[in-house]
Amino acid sequence: MLGKDPSKSRRLTVAHDEIIGITVDGCSYEARLGETVLTALRMANGHVHSFEFYPEKRAGFCLMSACQDCWLWHEDGRRLRACTTRAEDGMTLVTLLPEHC
Amino acid sequence: MSTTAVIIGAGPAGMAAAEMLVHAGLHPTVLDEGGQPGGQIFRKPQAQLQRPLEKLYGFDAARARRVNATFASLRSKIDYRPGIQVWAVGNEILHLIDDSGSSVQAWTHLIVAPGAMDRIAPVRGWTAVGLYSLGGAQIALKAEAAVIGRRVIFAGSGPLLYLVAYQYAEAGVDVAAVLETGHPFAQIARLPALLSGGRLFARGLYYMAALRKRGIPILTGVRLQEVIRDSDDRVTALSFRHRGMEQVESCDAVALGHGLRSETQLADLLDIEFSFDAVQRQWLPKTDQDGRSTASNIYLAGDGLSIRGSEIAEASGRLAASALLHDIGLPAPSKVERDRRTMRSAARFREALERTFAYPHEEVAALPDDVVVCRCEGLSAGAIRQTVERCGEADINRVKAFCRVGMGRCQGRLCGAAAAEIVAAASGTTIESVGRMRGQAPIKPIPLAELVRSRP
Repeated sequence: MLGKDPSKSRRLTVAHDEIIGITVDGCSYEARLGETVLTALRMANGHVHSFEFYPEKRAGFCLMSACQDCWLWHEDGRRLRACTTRAEDGMTLVTLLPEHC
Repeated sequence: MSTTAVIIGAGPAGMAAAEMLVHAGLHPTVLDEGGQPGGQIFRKPQAQLQRPLEKLYGFDAARARRVNATFASLRSKIDYRPGIQVWAVGNEILHLIDDSGSSVQAWTHLIVAPGAMDRIAPVRGWTAVGLYSLGGAQIALKAEAAVIGRRVIFAGSGPLLYLVAYQYAEAGVDVAAVLETGHPFAQIARLPALLSGGRLFARGLYYMAALRKRGIPILTGVRLQEVIRDSDDRVTALSFRHRGMEQVESCDAVALGHGLRSETQLADLLDIEFSFDAVQRQWLPKTDQDGRSTASNIYLAGDGLSIRGSEIAEASGRLAASALLHDIGLPAPSKVERDRRTMRSAARFREALERTFAYPHEEVAALPDDVVVCRCEGLSAGAIRQTVERCGEADINRVKAFCRVGMGRCQGRLCGAAAAEIVAAASGTTIESVGRMRGQAPIKPIPLAELVRSRP
């Protein structure tokens, strides 16, 4: 069960709290069914990708598919935008360009 | 010639337009980038993440219910296409992409209602993990039921700042402070115009009073200094100046926003004429009072035409639809005059709001050289100034060509407002004369593989 009190958890109480599992950079995290990959990552490892031009972690900005600062990769190399993609049970994602891993 | 009416956007403007076209017997196609109708204002959570409407929309719960009911009644009478991106326009054709690949949509009449997004004044360190746009912070709460932090600072300017701070406090989040960069209470001369907003103005005062009652500090005339972060790039504090004193407030998240900015890329690709709005300091599509653009059979509505809020967006959606109906020879519905009056009487309030919570353009123009302005390309204010000096350019598109500001993935949606101010100041010209960043297709990044995998 995920936390409900915002002073402890950032997730709020909802109608159906169904927990699924995703893997990010080899680590397993819990996510809530219905939430976006960005929310799952915000709640889990904290960042979404590493900036291309200098060392800096990024975790999105606008949450409405305008800023394009939350793209990452499926394990097989396909790109996804975290704020417009729903988290699915068993999803395996990487936050670094595959060739940089 | 038969009419193929296409509406881009399913927020309050797009849905109001659809409703009017349906009543006139048309069967419009509605292209929605979102997964469910309602736009950002009535953005709905997935079924699993549902919370009571009163908690989601507050004073707007009744309107949310009405929007949901309207959509339900229209559902079988429109071709509603959720989760679809218009990424380019051709000759009477729109290029689309969704999960099943790319496709095209023919149109003879187009209503463009793409909405708006946060207008950003960059601050040192604003790319840190845990700093989100104000609109993004609201989406996190409303659609995701997962807030941006446990202790959050709301910084920037505008009515939305107080609304979202209030919604976060109501949800049980520790709101550390509301830091307003404007001086909303110092301008008595604007009070009559603000009072003309009636209910909307009263709501703003209610949110402020509710925040104060909870003991949440609301500071005005603040100058934001730096978003402080740890070694993992996570927000730990925000420093700012208030009444000449430097202060540091600890937090684990910041919501940043300075009002809203119209989404104009599609209007640009459609070759519509623009005009400069000196109050909003943005180039906006040029239309007549009903939303008729300078291109035939193209109409605009909602915040994508001009920032006026969701209630005016509905009226402007109806007016755009009426104009379309008039132009194809169908009788204009009787509400036209009433909606025109609504638009005119709201104009005074919107202008007063925009002036009261103005974009801090002087501060932005004077941003220190090391502050990142364009987060896609990692370009600082200094890099933009150097380009202006080295190349002698004062046109935003020329500056873009030389240093890539606004050329990144977001196409200047985030940096555009600030970059224009910096170029204008550095070249000693006006914000109007630096021009506007031109949109390019695809207006948002799309995977090439999806394009290749076209639908039959």
